[in-house]
Amino acid sequence: MRAQLGTVATPFYWVTNIPQRLEDWGQDTFRSRANLQAENEALRTELLIHQRRLQQMAALAAENVRLRRLLNSSDMLQDKVLISELIGISPDPLTHTVMIDRGRRDGVYRGQAVLDAFGLMGQVVEVHSNSSRVLLITDSSHALPVQVNRNGVRAIAEGTGNLNQLRLRHVSNTTDIRAGDVLVSSGLGGRYPVGYPVAQVEEVVRDPGQSFATVIASPKARLDRSRHVLLVFGNEDGDN
Amino acid sequence: MFGSADRWVVIGAVLVALLLAVYPLPLDWRWGRPAFLLLLVIYWSLIVPGRTSLTLVWCLGLVQDLITGTPLGQHALGMVIVTYICLQSYQRVCNYGLWQQACWVFVLVGISQLTANWVYTMSGGNAPGLYFLLPAFTSALLWPFCYRLLEHLRHRFAVS
Repeated sequence: MRAQLGTVATPFYWVTNIPQRLEDWGQDTFRSRANLQAENEALRTELLIHQRRLQQMAALAAENVRLRRLLNSSDMLQDKVLISELIGISPDPLTHTVMIDRGRRDGVYRGQAVLDAFGLMGQVVEVHSNSSRVLLITDSSHALPVQVNRNGVRAIAEGTGNLNQLRLRHVSNTTDIRAGDVLVSSGLGGRYPVGYPVAQVEEVVRDPGQSFATVIASPKARLDRSRHVLLVFGNEDGDN
Repeated sequence: MFGSADRWVVIGAVLVALLLAVYPLPLDWRWGRPAFLLLLVIYWSLIVPGRTSLTLVWCLGLVQDLITGTPLGQHALGMVIVTYICLQSYQRVCNYGLWQQACWVFVLVGISQLTANWVYTMSGGNAPGLYFLLPAFTSALLWPFCYRLLEHLRHRFAVS
């Protein structure tokens, strides 16, 4: 019912987004040629670097599939994605949610994972007809299963209510985890796809008096800056 | 409830208040966002107490809950309680000076923030400190301007 009624919210977020759209439009329209050329140059260089990585990636992916066949495990599938734009943020400082401009009409469903260019952002919690609400991973009611990219140690990353901090739960003092480790989604909850970067460990405090170590990580995704996000399809059998 | 021309002015004011309630602000500023819709409802119940309906206020609160994505009933509860207090006390309060009224508004918005905080902690969150009272403070500061503006609009459009 909430999803049906929630559609009334969309126009408000559209209207409050107008100043931002005007600013974007202004920036796109009034730019010097030199500026554009410089940006073009930078993008070309970046593209070249990414293409080189991709060349290697194709070979590696093929090898990965072959090895997985040898092990009789299932193939990794390419995830289908949909690009979406942010139209609003939660007015309440205690809940970290954002509104995006895709909804039921575009096939968005509850529980869908949302990424930006740098890492995992969160999941869709409310779908309206042409907008939806996304709960960010730093919301204090959110937790997701992750693993350390270096050695595969699994943990649960919990939101703290602070936009640039996650906390790992129940990591024992002897676990091999240190500052600088990259945490990727482990896909164990069945909610998020496997292998997307989530956070980087900032600080590990091991106090022998405590039963668990305190591990603080900062999200990879730019939760307070990204305006373009990606919706990943593929875990549709979650709750709908 | 109002005549047809009046109705559009009231609806317009409500829409503007709702827009201001979701206007994007930097994270730290969001703590101090004044409760615009509540200010409008308080003004309304001071000026035309005879025609303020608690049911309508409840519905407005529900609309605000839908738009801001809070648990359904959070704003509605706060607004109904505040409106009830207003309706009990309007005879005394409308004789106050503007800044005295502002102090009263501080208490009223504080009450609504308290219920909001209560709902929030009941749904499993833990709110840090007394930050949740900041909107009461900013709303009180805004009250005199808000009051003058709404009075001006009311006379301009002859809403009664």
